[in-house]
Amino acid sequence: MSELDQKPGLLAELRKGFSHNLKQYAMFIALLGIWAIFTYLTHGIFISPRNISNLMVQNSYIAILAVGMVLVIVAGHIDLSVGSVAGFCGAVAAYVQCLWHWGTPAAILAALGVGLLVGIWQGYWIAYKRVPAFIVTLAGWGMFRGMVILVTGGQTIAPLHDSFTAIGVGYIPQLFLIGKVGSLPGQVPFHDLTLMLALAAVVIFVVLELRNRARRKGYGFEVLSLPLQTAKLVFLSAMIMIFFYFMIMYRGIPWAIVVVAILVLLFNFISTKTVFGRHVYAIGGNKDAARLSGINISVLNLTIFIIMGLLSAISGLVFTARLNSATASAGNLFELDAIAAAIIGGTSTLGGEGTIIGAIIGALVMGSLNNGMQLLNIETQYQMIIKGLILLLAVWFDISSRKTAK
Amino acid sequence: MSDHIFEMENISKDFPGVRALDSVNFRVKKGEIHALVGENGAGKSTLMKVLSGLYPYGSYSGRIIINGTERHFHTIKDSERAGVVVIYQELALVKQLSITENIFLGSEIARNGVINWDLALVEARKWLQEVGLTVDPMEKVVNIGVGKQQLVEIAKALAKNAEILILDEPTAALNEEDSRHLLNILRQLKAKGVTCIYISHKLEEVMSIADSVTVLRDGQTVRSQTMAEAGGMTEAKMISLMVGRTLEQRYPRQPHQAGEVVMEVRNWTVWHPELVEKEIIKDVSFQIRKGEILGIAGLMGAGRTELFMSLFGAYGSRSQGEVTIHGRKVDIREPRHAIQNGLSYLSEDRKGNGLVLGMDILSNITLASLRKLTSPGGGTAETGPQLTRAGVINILQEVVVTNRYVQRLAIKTPSIEQKVNNLSGGNQQKVVLAKWLLTQPAILILDEPTRGIDVGAKFEIYNIMNELVEHGVAIVMISSELPEVLGMSDRILVLHEGRLTGDLPWQEATQEKCMYYATGGK
Repeated sequence: MSELDQKPGLLAELRKGFSHNLKQYAMFIALLGIWAIFTYLTHGIFISPRNISNLMVQNSYIAILAVGMVLVIVAGHIDLSVGSVAGFCGAVAAYVQCLWHWGTPAAILAALGVGLLVGIWQGYWIAYKRVPAFIVTLAGWGMFRGMVILVTGGQTIAPLHDSFTAIGVGYIPQLFLIGKVGSLPGQVPFHDLTLMLALAAVVIFVVLELRNRARRKGYGFEVLSLPLQTAKLVFLSAMIMIFFYFMIMYRGIPWAIVVVAILVLLFNFISTKTVFGRHVYAIGGNKDAARLSGINISVLNLTIFIIMGLLSAISGLVFTARLNSATASAGNLFELDAIAAAIIGGTSTLGGEGTIIGAIIGALVMGSLNNGMQLLNIETQYQMIIKGLILLLAVWFDISSRKTAK
Repeated sequence: MSDHIFEMENISKDFPGVRALDSVNFRVKKGEIHALVGENGAGKSTLMKVLSGLYPYGSYSGRIIINGTERHFHTIKDSERAGVVVIYQELALVKQLSITENIFLGSEIARNGVINWDLALVEARKWLQEVGLTVDPMEKVVNIGVGKQQLVEIAKALAKNAEILILDEPTAALNEEDSRHLLNILRQLKAKGVTCIYISHKLEEVMSIADSVTVLRDGQTVRSQTMAEAGGMTEAKMISLMVGRTLEQRYPRQPHQAGEVVMEVRNWTVWHPELVEKEIIKDVSFQIRKGEILGIAGLMGAGRTELFMSLFGAYGSRSQGEVTIHGRKVDIREPRHAIQNGLSYLSEDRKGNGLVLGMDILSNITLASLRKLTSPGGGTAETGPQLTRAGVINILQEVVVTNRYVQRLAIKTPSIEQKVNNLSGGNQQKVVLAKWLLTQPAILILDEPTRGIDVGAKFEIYNIMNELVEHGVAIVMISSELPEVLGMSDRILVLHEGRLTGDLPWQEATQEKCMYYATGGK
């Protein structure tokens, strides 16, 4: 093909690819836009490695909840109790460590055990007694908040072991370099293990993407043309490096982000590659067709809420570790941020549609708003108003883009 | 100047990648019943959506002229104000509201927002009379039959002062008696000067009611004439115009040799899900044999769907009786138990029970088979494809298998990643069929397998049925179209009010005999 033929083709392809993935791109652009605005307003403080690194950790418990919330909403449910459950599980872990002197692994297992039981409890009512999830989890929202207060006795439970708090405030170790990252004498220029992991992530991403492309071509599916594919690889590799840059230039990858990353990879795999994941999308898309296709909807729903219970426990652990204490109000209103993150990330409120990656970007949008507004000293009441409006706009955008797609 | 009530000139409409309408011309004379026929995907619905303003002015090219003036419709309200009212295949009534409320929905008889119920009732009664309905106008729509609901839709259209009434498959869900009644009403409306556009796959109805016919094929007008013109229109001519070739044989009957009994049902009784005392299937016993097509006939409400839904474990009410498959007693309480025992059920409700519309072709086709290996299948000799290992989907296998079925059933699509709501009715039906074939059933229940799909696709589905029977599958075919049951079945069971009243080999079955049993004769 001559140069002349290819040029308009490339443009058309670009336009098509863009309009097809409008939602994802729009979210991404919105995130970058928010960052640009806050960077300008805070005279660059927002974009500093220290702040971004903090932002990600602050946001990690919402991201963990959002991962589970995607499954819940895709399956056609909602979970209003996750904040209370996270608070409850965190309180149990702090209680057994501070009052019964359990070690950190045992305290973590206790929290996970409580999360599991909560999941079974709520899942049972939803899956087998057919009570709508909205009602079951609204009840749970109140019940488990009550249990947080019961466990903490309304007091702050502290302090926790260092090994526990590391989940919330610790970083992965340096490999070769010794000392803090910084430009002062005696400090090192970057975090070496994080840099290595970043490079490894880029290599793995490129290899997987190229393998996927070759495979799709083999199936006879449409693939991006080579120049566009290269552009995509370069762009996303750069995005990965930017993401890691903030952590390379600060204190390395926080353990909380390691937890988030593992969960994201795991649930991205589950939602796209497993029978369970496929079935979740099917029951959200058409419950009757799914049942007639032999899917055991009750077991599926129970499983979804058990997963949500466990993820709430993990979220509660990270939050408790970061605060180095359990309080009666821990996890308050997390459910709103988690639901907002999933929906801003493209999860359809009608069920059947949504991605884990999208929810993570959605969580970053919410987290960036929280962080940026705090840096600007905007009062809480205004923060709440702005966040509410953003959620409304995101859903409106989703609905209107759906219309034009038709 | 012209006696045409409306004309659509050179209408073209593009969707991404497809030209749905290609300079279509469509002219209708005042006061006639004009049939619009064509295969699914020929562009009938798209053309009517252009006319009704659902596709607003500017999203298509060409001109719409009503009573001599060119009109631009931006919304459905615009076209309704011009007297064009569409009645869709899926009824658009609010089931929990009364007939009166439905008739005046959106154009309530009110002053300052307060409804004048007395006047509304009088008016409603008037319009109901117009369509020959003698029901209480305060009755909730949910409590009257589908046939009457269809008439309420027409009354609603008339109440909007419809001059041009567009009916999209109005008899698809009606039984013969209701259909006849509806056609009579249309004739009466015609006598009063209402123009009707009649879209239907039922060509005998078109023959009996239409004054003129326009045939669309692949988004183009291939013929538009009165029934008498050009040597007269016949069903065979319409079919050949629609498919672009002559179809000698509508039902490709092939001799089958019925083998051993694969499924036996004894004393099967099913109770109504809400009226717990009421039996909707009463003491039914029958056998299904390997390698035969068992046709199930009966009028609407005879319990055909309920019988097989309950045997499939999908009806959700109390049932009693004994079922054996391959001589083994089975206890089917959920569809998944049925599938494990080699039973598959293609529902009559393609969109409600068959497809996940927002998912792609690939995911829909493999949906019922992903758990296949983890739960031992019942009935197949052929080993199923290994789609999953330890709960992880083997996408390569999935693509290979899906492509095989897409080819085998000739599903027309640019890619198996296409979402199924972008496919035409016939292709959607083939996707559901592919889903059930992939489960490798020993017994395949097809409930209205050809409803709402075009002649060409119907013929393809009949051929697939023959091929399956050849491979030893037992097929149960439930159908409201008696000619189809008679044309394809090896044996016919007739139901009447939940009882089995007739069991006929095909050689003995006639339309008259089936109707005799279906209406309760013994």
